[in-house]
Amino acid sequence: MAELNLDIAPKIKVNDLNFYYGAFKALKSVSLDIPEKKVTAFIGPSGCGKSTLLRTFNRMFELYPDQRAEGEIIMDGENLLTSKRDVGLIRAEIGMVFQKPTPFPMSIYDNIAFGVRLFENLSRSAMEDRVESALTKSALWKEVKDKLHQSGNGLSGGQQQRLCIARAIAIKPKVLLMDEPCSALDPISTGFIEELIGELKKDYTVVIVTHNMQQAARASDFTAYMYLGDLIELGKTDDIFFRPKDKRTEDYITGRFG
Amino acid sequence: MEANLHHEAISEHNPIYKRRRLLNRLLMVVSLSMLLYGLAWLAWILVTLLIEGGSALKPSLFTEMTPPPGGNGGLANAIWGSLLMVSTATLLGTPVGILAGTYLAEYGRDTWLAPATRFLNDMLLSAPSIIIGLFIYTIYVAKVKHFSGWGGTLALALIVIPVVVRTTDDMLKLVPNSLREAAVALGCPMWKMVTMVCYRAARAGILTGVLLAVARIAGETAPLLFTALNNQFWSSDMNAPMANLPVVIFQFAMSPYADWQRLAWGGAALITIGVLGLNIAARLILSKKN
Amino acid sequence: MSSILATNLPSVLQEESSAKGEPPPGRPAGGSALVDALFRHVTRLAALLVFSVLAAILFSLLVGSGQSITRFGLAFLFNPEWDPVKEEFGALVPIVGTLATAAIAMIIAVPVSFGIALFLTELSPPWLKRPLGTAIELLAAIPSIIYGMWGLFVFAPLFMEHVQPLFVATLGKLPLIGVLFAGPPIGIGIFTAGLILSIMVIPFIASVMRDVFDLVPPMLKESAYALGGTTWEVMWKVVLPYTKVGVIGGIMLGLGRALGETMAVTFVIGNAHRLSGSLFAPGNSIASALANEFTEAVGELYSSALIELGLVLFLITSIVLALSKIMLMQLAKQEGTRS
Repeated sequence: MAELNLDIAPKIKVNDLNFYYGAFKALKSVSLDIPEKKVTAFIGPSGCGKSTLLRTFNRMFELYPDQRAEGEIIMDGENLLTSKRDVGLIRAEIGMVFQKPTPFPMSIYDNIAFGVRLFENLSRSAMEDRVESALTKSALWKEVKDKLHQSGNGLSGGQQQRLCIARAIAIKPKVLLMDEPCSALDPISTGFIEELIGELKKDYTVVIVTHNMQQAARASDFTAYMYLGDLIELGKTDDIFFRPKDKRTEDYITGRFG
Repeated sequence: MEANLHHEAISEHNPIYKRRRLLNRLLMVVSLSMLLYGLAWLAWILVTLLIEGGSALKPSLFTEMTPPPGGNGGLANAIWGSLLMVSTATLLGTPVGILAGTYLAEYGRDTWLAPATRFLNDMLLSAPSIIIGLFIYTIYVAKVKHFSGWGGTLALALIVIPVVVRTTDDMLKLVPNSLREAAVALGCPMWKMVTMVCYRAARAGILTGVLLAVARIAGETAPLLFTALNNQFWSSDMNAPMANLPVVIFQFAMSPYADWQRLAWGGAALITIGVLGLNIAARLILSKKN
Repeated sequence: MSSILATNLPSVLQEESSAKGEPPPGRPAGGSALVDALFRHVTRLAALLVFSVLAAILFSLLVGSGQSITRFGLAFLFNPEWDPVKEEFGALVPIVGTLATAAIAMIIAVPVSFGIALFLTELSPPWLKRPLGTAIELLAAIPSIIYGMWGLFVFAPLFMEHVQPLFVATLGKLPLIGVLFAGPPIGIGIFTAGLILSIMVIPFIASVMRDVFDLVPPMLKESAYALGGTTWEVMWKVVLPYTKVGVIGGIMLGLGRALGETMAVTFVIGNAHRLSGSLFAPGNSIASALANEFTEAVGELYSSALIELGLVLFLITSIVLALSKIMLMQLAKQEGTRS
């Protein structure tokens, strides 16, 4: 249904995924491919399950006992949902950025070093290099290089969100999940982040949930439209926006674009 | 080069990761044992009370007076004195507490007095109860020059007030403003809105607060030592020293006489049953409401 | 909500809800304006009464201790003598005893409370959270005299026979800290009082910790989990720093309670006006000195000195409780502006 007939290998393959909040079924037999080193956007009206789908990739839902996923999420030949591997390792390979900036209550430097130290014992200089490269990749280095040891809470909202991106990529994940990363930001910061997403796909497979269709149109290569827990259509972003195959996708797109 | 390093780092065999996971498991077990540690004390104390106090819980406990050392007797006068002082203190403290709580939540919303009082009230809530006793001693007992039931009652009332103020304030704040607006829109004056609408909406919560206050003072000993003191006999004269359970328990438990100590255990079991019962009742009332 | 239930545990969320509260609807003019004004003034009077109680306590204690203050001055605080016969009174022994028992209580209660709060917020299955929380809170509801009796008759004998000799034989032999555990095992004393106090303050500290941990935005915790952090790392490195002020506020609240607790301590502290280096030696605390001696104090100076002891206790606990309250308010305020 949502297989992409392209020459791009999928990084993540979702097969027949069902998701439950207690008795409520929030994802109904969803299957789709996430292409490697591309940006895939999930769009749809609120409550359609796009964030839910995203949160199954790093098993974040497991923090909440009444939430349950059934099906397959295959990455590198391994079903993430049933993997015997510790969930900490899976999360180290799949980074995540949230709706609001969530700097930890510590310095900018330690915010980034926090995740690195969980897996690597770097020398001081190697850690400094790692922090610098993460901040450079997230286009924040120039702004913060002189205040690395100040609290991350002192930064502006847009800067904080880029700090969170730097924090996520510092441990070198393969996939980066972004759950409406610009919903709390002003238009200028949003532009910054969108530009950054374009850069990030060179190294990472990016999956972004957004309620802003222009953002999906601008920043993504592929778009999946979801509605009431069903995946309606997945395709190249241009196709979804200009040549949707499904009537429901078309209604949603045209309704929004007027 | 870097990519290789990365793959090595994120693997089951990463020693840092192994150590972290072990530490986490260890500390989660510690966390569980801390909880069990806390619960163990509760269980130990309750079981002791059940065993030691259970054997002392006889009908004579409620019918006979406190005996002289070596004699047989009960705690009837102490139970009566406690009931008298606790109920009078509750009757005195509750209205003051509810009215002050009403000011904090309804009338004083943009005054300096309300936040300041809220702050001081919370301090009063945690102030050592023996200081409350000392206070009543200096302003009342020392002036009238004798220990009395009224002294004990005043001290207990002063402990009731902050508990009731706090719950009234909290519970009135939970009443939605739309309810107030609806009442006012009918042309209802504010005092009627507060008494007929807000009090009714917050009724269960305020009642909970009063029950908790009763539970709190039922076991208070320190503030009664210098106020009500004690009395060997049945007395309903609030102007004379008055027997009460906590002080009798204190005196009897600290005495060298086995039968006094047994009576003290009986009293302790009685108070604990009452206090825990009130606490659980208060919880049930509130959870039923929600 | 749960904190409202616990007899007198503070509600951390209180300030927040008041900060968010919208202004009350306007007061309508009407025929019953007089009743309205009357009711408003009565509630205001009640509030003023509550407002002035602490000041009245301070004033009455100051007046009551006047004689002792003029006689002994500041030396009262540092004099270890307490001799009713020669009418020489100094507060050093009970002050040290009060601080020592409270310190022991905090050393035990703080880590235990953290463990309990961690379990309740992160590990407990949801259906167990309430019963477990309630059980811990019931520890706070048991009257302190019960703790005292139980400590004297049940705990102290067992402690004396089975635990104390072990301490004396092991830690007591060590250089430097050995003196802390020296002396004959008698069951009661500073350490036993501190231990029993710790059980009494655990519910206070644990419920504040649980409540402030619940204030942490789930997204912040998820961010730490999303990097691969373990539950412990999320708690220790993210949740705890985030709620630091509130946690310290909760600890101070427990400390305030421990300093002023009377009955539990009076039974087991030993009531000896003596300074000793050993934690196993009997001692005295301000509150238990008052409980034991006040009604039997003969002579105005003796009473006055005891009231001054009360004044010292009142000042110490008031400062600790005020700091606690201020810190909890700060956390609530910070929380209010962030969300």
